[in-house]
Amino acid sequence: MHPTSAPMSNATRRETLRILALLGMAGIAGTARAASAPGWPDDAFHQKTMPDAVNALYGKPFEASDKVTLDVPEIAENGAVVPVNVGTTLPNVTTISILVPENPFTLAASYKLPDGTLPAIGCRLKMAKTSDVVAIVESDGKLFAATKNVKVTLGGCGG
Amino acid sequence: MSLRRAIAVVLTGLLLGGAAPGALDTDNPQAEQAAFQAYFKNRFPSLPIAEFGNGPYAVNADMRKQWEEIMQFPPYDFALDEGKTAFETKFADGKSYADCFENGGIGVRQNFPYFDTKAGEVVTLDLAINRCRQANGEKPLPYQTGLMVSLTAYMAETSRGRPFDIKIPDDPRALAAYEDGKRYFYTRRGQLNFSCASCHVTAAGQRMRADILAPALGILAAFPIYRSEWGSMGTIDRRFTTCSSQMRSEPLDPQDKSYRNLEYFLSYMSNGVPISGPGTRP
Amino acid sequence: MPSTIRVRAMASGTQTDVQALIQHPMDSGFVKDSNGVLIPPRHIETVTFEHDGKPVLIADWGPAVSKDPYIKFAFKGGAKGDTLTVTWIDNQGKTDSLEAKIA
Repeated sequence: MHPTSAPMSNATRRETLRILALLGMAGIAGTARAASAPGWPDDAFHQKTMPDAVNALYGKPFEASDKVTLDVPEIAENGAVVPVNVGTTLPNVTTISILVPENPFTLAASYKLPDGTLPAIGCRLKMAKTSDVVAIVESDGKLFAATKNVKVTLGGCGG
Repeated sequence: MSLRRAIAVVLTGLLLGGAAPGALDTDNPQAEQAAFQAYFKNRFPSLPIAEFGNGPYAVNADMRKQWEEIMQFPPYDFALDEGKTAFETKFADGKSYADCFENGGIGVRQNFPYFDTKAGEVVTLDLAINRCRQANGEKPLPYQTGLMVSLTAYMAETSRGRPFDIKIPDDPRALAAYEDGKRYFYTRRGQLNFSCASCHVTAAGQRMRADILAPALGILAAFPIYRSEWGSMGTIDRRFTTCSSQMRSEPLDPQDKSYRNLEYFLSYMSNGVPISGPGTRP
Repeated sequence: MPSTIRVRAMASGTQTDVQALIQHPMDSGFVKDSNGVLIPPRHIETVTFEHDGKPVLIADWGPAVSKDPYIKFAFKGGAKGDTLTVTWIDNQGKTDSLEAKIA
């Protein structure tokens, strides 16, 4: 079932502009845009390898850390909906990003956490095939990561 | 060898793989139901009856964990809302779905399908919904997806936890419908020469490529479902038709008599298993 | 037109736990339809959660986020009756917003 696209109501338009202002891009009219939403890391989302995606998104290296917890299934029941939970005991977390190196585009999602938001995210991702899932946590400006492998296979019912 | 004897032999072989608890092709659906349930309890001794409504999630821990995650906020939520709204909306003639069902249609899903002795055929919930619409001057809904799945999702939700309670009235036509459903279930068909039993009885709990095969006991309890494979909701019809195609056998039309009889047989066999729908599946 | 956004926000004294489900196809642009034609990408790019006029989460999503996307997080503070505003914008410029009450 696809949602139909209703014309933007005035209230929604006002709300959208308010959000855009928050994202530091006041002045953009609420008309159809060809470019991406402002603040959306367009370049990072189009990278096809880990180093390129991390570089485009952060421009700095990451190190493995056992203080980042990554909860993913061993074998995905379906590659279309893989539950991913990221948590950490590290302090002052400002962003959490999730990457899937074997996906056509490596970066799946990136979350900006303002002060006061707990450093834990749950989401559901698509995985094209068996791949590592890498969770990167930005803590005090440095990047820490946890990696786990998730098997994705063809469904059995011939579908 | 008479056909009856042949079926008994086939059933014994397929159903039990050796340990026969007794004759299986009888005129006694109740005995067959007991044997069917005993087979699965024997195969999965740690599963309480309620768990059989959870299909693959009852028999595989990694999958169960993913399912529990997803059930925190199930993807069928939108269909459920749509179904509730539609269910409560009056028809043009002023009546509504509540007028067509016992108890206003709330908490009745576990009684479907039933054998309609007046019409002489099995009536599923989907068919009953369309009959209700037609009786009130509305066009019937297409099966498998769309509003039909949202309505059945809502009705299933109102029955969550209630055990299947399918009846076979003392009517030779009802018994014949049950027998027809049973025959369909155990008959091999299509290019792969599989029967429903090949996967959901003999290989229940095992893998077919990456999928875990659900036991046939309780297999309909979670319907309608949001299936990740479809990326959307689907009714029992949707699953029957797509499974037929996937098994390389000609799919029947939704609500075909054979599918309805199959649903009747499977639901009767699952008496006692609580409704766990709407549900999600891989 | 019913909202595409469903939110459950619960205040527990020290923090508010949020779960949201958004109805959106999240078409990746890699899938073909039954005629073999690529379905153009249509996916949410940014989701913003605001409480008390301040963002509590900004989610940047690519096409790898599942259809009918889900998110779970928590923020310090928040009280029963407070408003949590959720807004999403997709790559085609479509948008939706919901004001939910924290329970």
